[in-house]
Amino acid sequence: MSFNIEDYYTDQNGGEILLAYKGSITTELINNVLDTVESKLQDFNEASKIRKKVYNVLVESLQNLFHHIDDLPEKFRETYESHFGILVVSKEKTQYKISTGNFIRSEKVQYLKEKIDKINSLSKEELKEMYKFILNHQKISEKGGGGLGLVDIARKTGNKLDYVFDKFDEEFYFFNLDVYIDESNN
Amino acid sequence: MEPLIIEGTPKTPTVKFDAETGVVEIKGRSIPENSVEFYKPLVDWLEEYKASPASKTQVNIQLEYFNTSSSKCILDVFKKLEAIHKAKHDVEINWYYEEDDEDMLEAGEDYESIIRIPFKMIEIVE
Repeated sequence: MSFNIEDYYTDQNGGEILLAYKGSITTELINNVLDTVESKLQDFNEASKIRKKVYNVLVESLQNLFHHIDDLPEKFRETYESHFGILVVSKEKTQYKISTGNFIRSEKVQYLKEKIDKINSLSKEELKEMYKFILNHQKISEKGGGGLGLVDIARKTGNKLDYVFDKFDEEFYFFNLDVYIDESNN
Repeated sequence: MEPLIIEGTPKTPTVKFDAETGVVEIKGRSIPENSVEFYKPLVDWLEEYKASPASKTQVNIQLEYFNTSSSKCILDVFKKLEAIHKAKHDVEINWYYEEDDEDMLEAGEDYESIIRIPFKMIEIVE
């Protein structure tokens, strides 16, 4: 059975949804999402510490999407806009969850998987060292990324990055990343 | 030398660099998708300022949010200030963070451990 975007999107919609989106990930979209989620967090009367964490992690998640999305597989080019991604921000009991999904070319899967596994294997202190090392030693890419986003997310949330690579066809996988932010952080 | 003044936006900070007074300020949010473009004039300004800085340079960094794309650019700003400090000029860095914002305090400590200038960590209590 092949991977189905619509099923995936429906499955993500558990908990209390603050925002769910599928489509082109553009700068305007990012601005709108940030505004919407910020005002919802205000409405929830969430402690400023948690509000900031969710907002920060959301910024990184969106900008990771923005910078790293690959083209769509050919059969979807008619159906979906280019720069296609999925974003769901929800609250489940005592956690916020930020889910992102995007197509990724098969040849990048191994590298990304190893990178996430590495991040997940590190302690808080080791993550801090890794962050500082990348910050101080790696050149910033043209895209403005620089490999810090996932490390920063792991550091700020204190939780493991939860991911799945679903094989779509020989050329593409669908990459889903779930990030959790605990309400009673630390 | 002309001061560098940039009005803040929802995604970029307010910047006030004044060579006369030696006050260098970055305040607000720094979360643009492409921060290199935004920070280039700041780094260029400091490069020029380095030639004849004020007797004391007072740096105030008060960020509510910054993304990882900005974090490298902010380090570039600090590296310019470090060069001024190394040339035996007085440089004071004030790193402001809001009450309870441990992430922002920690970010300041990260920079302090890379840049060899002592930071003053200032908690803003509302």
